[in-house]
Amino acid sequence: MDFSTPDDLAEHRDAAKTWVRDNVRSEWAEEQYRTGTHETLELHALLARSGVLGAGWDKEYGGSDTDPGLAKAIIDEIRGLGIAGDGWATTNMVIRTIHHVGTEEQKRTLIPAALRGEILIALGYSEPDSGSDVAAAKTAAFRDGDEWVINGQKMFTSSAQVCTHVFVLARTNPSVPKHRGLTMFLVPTDAAGFERQPIYTLGGQQTNATFYTDIRVPDSARIGDVDEGWGVMRVALVFERGGAARGSSTHTLSEAVAQWARGTRGEDGSVLFEDPSTKERLGRIAVDEEVARLLGLRVRWMSECGELPGVEGSMAKLFNSESALRHYSDVVDFLGDSGTLQPGAIDAPMGGKIEAGLRAAQVGTIYGGSSEIQREIIAERRLGLPRVRPNG
Amino acid sequence: MADQTVDLTFSEDQLALRETLVDFLARECPTERVRSAEPLGFDLALWRQMEALGLPTIAVPEEMGGGGGTVLDLAIAAEEVGRCLAPVPFLDAAVANNLVAELALGDAEGPSLRLAEQTVAGSRLAAPALRSSAHGTARLVPAGAVADVVLVLDGDDLVAVEGGVSPGSPAAPTPNLGSLPMADRRVDGEGRTVLCSGKSAVEAHRRAVDQWQLLMAAALVGLGARALEIGVDYVQQRRAFGVVIANFQTIQHRLADTATAVDGARLLAYEAAWAADQGLSSAPALARMTLVFAAETAFKSASDSLHFHGGYGYTLEYDIQLFFRRAKAWPLIFGDPARLYRDVADALLTAEVA
Repeated sequence: MDFSTPDDLAEHRDAAKTWVRDNVRSEWAEEQYRTGTHETLELHALLARSGVLGAGWDKEYGGSDTDPGLAKAIIDEIRGLGIAGDGWATTNMVIRTIHHVGTEEQKRTLIPAALRGEILIALGYSEPDSGSDVAAAKTAAFRDGDEWVINGQKMFTSSAQVCTHVFVLARTNPSVPKHRGLTMFLVPTDAAGFERQPIYTLGGQQTNATFYTDIRVPDSARIGDVDEGWGVMRVALVFERGGAARGSSTHTLSEAVAQWARGTRGEDGSVLFEDPSTKERLGRIAVDEEVARLLGLRVRWMSECGELPGVEGSMAKLFNSESALRHYSDVVDFLGDSGTLQPGAIDAPMGGKIEAGLRAAQVGTIYGGSSEIQREIIAERRLGLPRVRPNG
Repeated sequence: MADQTVDLTFSEDQLALRETLVDFLARECPTERVRSAEPLGFDLALWRQMEALGLPTIAVPEEMGGGGGTVLDLAIAAEEVGRCLAPVPFLDAAVANNLVAELALGDAEGPSLRLAEQTVAGSRLAAPALRSSAHGTARLVPAGAVADVVLVLDGDDLVAVEGGVSPGSPAAPTPNLGSLPMADRRVDGEGRTVLCSGKSAVEAHRRAVDQWQLLMAAALVGLGARALEIGVDYVQQRRAFGVVIANFQTIQHRLADTATAVDGARLLAYEAAWAADQGLSSAPALARMTLVFAAETAFKSASDSLHFHGGYGYTLEYDIQLFFRRAKAWPLIFGDPARLYRDVADALLTAEVA
């Protein structure tokens, strides 16, 4: 056994810092916070031009000469500034899926276009009446000659406001069990019949409802075989889990709050960190954070070993999101009335990050597979308990 | 370093050790044996068998007659011992043997070496008192009712004290929730030998306490994992309202939370053992973290599994109560976990963060 997690990007950190200092503007973080759009197109184009997006990909699919380690270190550095790239994250999942299941023609056109920054792809899975039960999707596609005609509505099409396409899960066969009659399509957001309405969320992120009315796409927009969409989506989910697993030591909540509490005095003039109840709270958070890190580390390690971390991914997601919600709730309590101050408010502790973190943490137990779905996966696949949700 | 990277697998030797223990304990330590050892919490015949397998001296250096193994090896053994609630002072003996062997190697002064020769050979059982003595007494020493020799930090002396008991003639049981062979031991009477003094004594004792904490955590991981299995088995047999109760979502979800926590506790325990073997500065903090987390996880596992048994769960006939009692009692040897959480914060969060 070996739990050491050396920084395998250490040799690139300095170059990445320099690159980011020269190219990235810190106000992009504020802009993302203000607008709720967690993708900055100007930055995305820059990353494409610099070969950061194409690093590690085969030349035949548009890969660049940029060192993949440097590219990863640059992305880390950007995320560390609080600048997200949610549109690229979903695009990356989709092009990896296309790399697995797409036709050669699709691989040679779509992947290079994505790596050049010309297309961004949002995920169109959830619908108004189906979230966790995603296979119950009603959005329909029927074949008309060489084309498909798509009708329906998607919910939580995050980043669609900056995306050129939506990766749409559609029902192509209503007369078979729900998992078997689904097909995936890549639908352009400038197609006739496409509409989008913004939806604003508690965590600050803007998402969207997207509408599809008699949208015509060619058969080449179909990703994977007809009625095999469920399997295609599962490939994409593996990439989603792999991307979510960190397992590395980051600047943690317990450290941030401890640092603040060491430099802050309470009403009686004593340093807040020295209060035994503060230490007990922070000790609990630190223990959970380490457990969450280890569960994530296991997922990453299994992926690196070529294994599919199904149940382990669910455990990591469940523990991480549930404990984060407890922690933010507890730290807001600890801060009392000043814990309610938002970023931008004068004297907001830690710049209001705890208040914003609480709102985001509540989203975390739902987004990307609710805690209940994760528990069912664990109960069935780890504990061997009977499947209890209806098959439909 | 390219050759230093995460590896969450056990070595061949470690897998073989686990397999040996699993076979041995399945054969020799069914819960009937745990019950028949109550209330004292000690089974002499089982203990002699475990000594014969060399388990209490796995991690003692070979030049001292031990197995030359690692803390991680001990953690593997502790997990299996905890899993079947073996009524033996395995953790205490292993920690005490490591401690006296270390002292004997450090300075060849007479008393440590003589004691090490006896304990490694199994002719005397040594066990640590985890708290310092007060008013001439070491309170509630976890193996105090059966150990020939107790190692106590008395002021800044590390002393070995005898108390007229031995595995063959234990003290009367001190009734306690976890059926542990606990007893108070006098440290100011006859049969008191100073092994070392000053800073080295305090540090040697602290290392022993750290090691005991992480081995207790590993034992609690085993206990929690077994309590979960018992719960999972029971809910798949018991019927209510016309169905097997495993079909109820509330039950499934609580068991899934426990399974997640048990996996997390196990990863943390083995990380702590690995850190101890590597001599990392984070090792003491990790030992406390793993103890508090494993304690909460084991108790939740046992308490939930007992609850899912319904009324049968609180009858003494069913085994789950054995797990419930020990899950709460074992880690409380260190007192209120709130204090341990404060220690974790002090250890991890006091340094300035860059």
